[in-house]
Amino acid sequence: MSATATPPAVVPAPMADARPPLTKKILTADHPTWCPGCGDFAVLASFYKVLEKLNYPQEKIVTFAGIGCSSRFPYFVNTHGGHYIHGRSLPFAAGISLGRDDLHVFVFGGDGDGFSIGGNHLVHTARKNPRLTYVIMDNSVYGLTKKQTSPTSPIGFKSKTDPWGAYDQPINPMRTLLNSGATFVARSHATQVNHMVEMMLKAAQHDGFSVVEILSECVEFFEGAFDGAMPRKGGTWSLIDLKKNDGSPEDAARHDPTDEVAAFKLASEPWPGKFGIFYENKTRPTKNALEQKLIANTREKTKNASDLELLQKTFARMR
Amino acid sequence: MVSPNTPGPLGAAAHSSGETPSIDDVVIRLAGDSQDGIQAVGGFLARLAGRSDQEVMTYMTIPSTISGGPSIFQVRMGSGEILSSGDRADVLVAFYQHSYESHRASLRPGGVLLYDSDHVTPDPDDKTITAVGVPMTSATVEAVGGSSKEKGKNIYVLGLLARMFDLDVAKLTQLIKERFSGKNEDIVRNALLAFDAGYAYPAENLRYRLAKGAAPAAGARPQVTTDGNTALAYGLLAAGVRHGAAYPITPWSSIMETLRVELPKYGGIFVQCEDEIAAISTALGFSYGGNLAITGSSGPGLSLKMEALGWATMAEMPLIVVNVQRGGPSTGMPTNIEQSDLLQAIYGSHGDCPRVVLAPQTVEDCFYTAIEACRIARQFSTPVIILSDQALATRIEAFAEPDLPKLMIEAKPDLTPRAATYKPYPLDQLQHHAPPGSVMGSGKYPTVTGLEHDELGHPTASPALHMKMTAKRRDKIKAVADNYAAPAVFGDESGDALLIGWGCTYGPIREAVGRLRGAGVKVGHLQIRHIHPLDHGLEKIFACYRKIIVVEINDEGLYGYGQLATLLRARFANPAISSITKTDGLTYKVSEIFERVAQQLELGDTSFGMRKQSVLAMPTRT
Repeated sequence: MSATATPPAVVPAPMADARPPLTKKILTADHPTWCPGCGDFAVLASFYKVLEKLNYPQEKIVTFAGIGCSSRFPYFVNTHGGHYIHGRSLPFAAGISLGRDDLHVFVFGGDGDGFSIGGNHLVHTARKNPRLTYVIMDNSVYGLTKKQTSPTSPIGFKSKTDPWGAYDQPINPMRTLLNSGATFVARSHATQVNHMVEMMLKAAQHDGFSVVEILSECVEFFEGAFDGAMPRKGGTWSLIDLKKNDGSPEDAARHDPTDEVAAFKLASEPWPGKFGIFYENKTRPTKNALEQKLIANTREKTKNASDLELLQKTFARMR
Repeated sequence: MVSPNTPGPLGAAAHSSGETPSIDDVVIRLAGDSQDGIQAVGGFLARLAGRSDQEVMTYMTIPSTISGGPSIFQVRMGSGEILSSGDRADVLVAFYQHSYESHRASLRPGGVLLYDSDHVTPDPDDKTITAVGVPMTSATVEAVGGSSKEKGKNIYVLGLLARMFDLDVAKLTQLIKERFSGKNEDIVRNALLAFDAGYAYPAENLRYRLAKGAAPAAGARPQVTTDGNTALAYGLLAAGVRHGAAYPITPWSSIMETLRVELPKYGGIFVQCEDEIAAISTALGFSYGGNLAITGSSGPGLSLKMEALGWATMAEMPLIVVNVQRGGPSTGMPTNIEQSDLLQAIYGSHGDCPRVVLAPQTVEDCFYTAIEACRIARQFSTPVIILSDQALATRIEAFAEPDLPKLMIEAKPDLTPRAATYKPYPLDQLQHHAPPGSVMGSGKYPTVTGLEHDELGHPTASPALHMKMTAKRRDKIKAVADNYAAPAVFGDESGDALLIGWGCTYGPIREAVGRLRGAGVKVGHLQIRHIHPLDHGLEKIFACYRKIIVVEINDEGLYGYGQLATLLRARFANPAISSITKTDGLTYKVSEIFERVAQQLELGDTSFGMRKQSVLAMPTRT
């Protein structure tokens, strides 16, 4: 009888065998169903680049999603994956990650999926800190159902459910994530491919629950939503200047991503705000690690008794 | 017409001084408040019966208040086959006036009221019972001394009962020591002092000899004593389940508590989630990873899991879902029994989503049903719902220890490389999903999906494919019944009536059938464990009886039939199927079934067959 039902916790190194490296060609699956001009195409292309760089064994990658335009993502990536129900992909992905610590789990979804119907799960997944990466493709509108107000729609946005202009306060994704205890929080923009790749790569390499919010424009139902962060549309693309710890006088003004209060301040800047890594906590243990520690401690107490011995002992106590 | 000619099992036991009457079984009801430890006394008696190869069954009510409130524990123990916890008690132990007043009616004529004379003043004109006042509180304080106050009066009562029924003191002492081992020595000492004081209480006229169980056959497995939720949890462990997720809700919670503590010993993980939906989602994530997982809840929680259950059917993902039913709808009666989730379990969720539903019938069966559910889930890649209920969950029974070396299953994710011809959703065969980590020979990696899909898992809105895939998912579940053994009828194989039940009604129905047959009525009993799909061949069995009477604890609904009766009428279109239902939040008494069946069969006077008087009745007591 085996001691453990799950494989040991190992983060596999890039493949050393003779398999060819991952390429966009290998990773491409179904042709996306998105509308022409949708920001999500750029997120997909960037994700291929991220996987090429990470070069994990193909069968160890899981791409998972809930419901929404962006949640079609897994069909377009040639890895193991799944298309789950609306808003609940995070607890599902946590199950994948906790049960199979050898896998690399990526979850994709939109603002409705993540902040509205799945809002409770976002908070609690952040709190539990399982090892997985969550990419929120935020278009500030419900696209799949054709233009209803979303939890990140700005006040005044005219939708089919608020034809006079939305007036509910929109969610601030960065503040929500920081407040929930996410251990890696970053923000990017679908027109900034290099930045997106860098953010997703760092998120994937983070040991814990890492989230990247990517502003990804819906050209069909909320055109120009993120022009404010696009220089060619007259906006400002403003990157977070990360602390270099070089002792220089200008370093004092730079952002320390381990400083939660500074991250909150940054997240509270007026629209369009800044882009980059808001927060990173490298010390909080993952739920994966804590569960494995519990198992190790418990099994030490039971002197690594076999499953059969354990159960026999239990029934003996019921006599 | 049947004549009312059957006396009680022993009639009135003569008990003149000097002789100790023997009795086959006794029903003891302990009534107090929830903090009095009456469950502990009941537990001791149940485990003693188990260790003495006696039959035992218990019944308890738990107050749904946070702390305190009236609570009872009823234990029936004896040497015969004990099928129910007993309709009425032979002994009532009343700790308080309200315990006495609420439960006096549960005592059979001739029964014994043991009351705490420090708190209870019984009706002096009540001559149909033997009332014995014992200063339980003050005697306990006196025996134990110190600051322990009246804590321990439950153990004092255990001593009283041990003397009264000639119980095995050595075994009880051992049980007390085991129970309190690990706590400080004073607690064990105080408990034994209280026990001895109760045992020494002079009530010489209250002496009975409870028949001992038959000595076990050579090589027989020893008896174990536990409740249904515990049996179910360990059944899952035996079946190789190492992963689960849930949210707390009564009366499901104790399964999740057991699994949370036990699974790490087995290298597994149990996650307490933020809500019911997250719980089933996390469990499905474990299953997708290749480790069959369990989630569970009680009625309202099952409702919350329904959308995800639909996904599990569509994506063909194995999963165990336990539903420990309670009184509904909504918050309803959370600490009472009801069997009103049957249709929810079968038909809940949206769209056509066939799934497997099983219902354990005894505490022992909770263990074996868990194993069966896991086998089906793995073999057919399907969600399986185990419909337990509050009565099974909380009552204690003794049964033969399972043959663990034979039953233990070692389960590992199947990560073997899949051939180039692998299809995740083939139309013409049973398929298991390829968990991540499996190399796909075709180079194409599958997406498990809740969208209607083609054989390769690609989304499709093709009418032809939706029809074929719907039929495939339906036929897959239909095929589950091909593996079931033929259902077995107890009692008469043809005749006046077949009584059908499911879940916790097994014992009372079986006992009622025994008494009806004893009275000359030709009746059979069939307890349905396979709720969905049903066993093959039921129509042939039904054809042998004039009436098919379905006994269940739910409402007759708008059309006059309980939930299983509704299903059976729809399935078999047999007008002989009728229904006995109730919604009082309590398990069936044998007499309730007996009388209502007699009514349906128009048997006239139904005062026969039932034991009216207590086995403890003492007409000549001096």
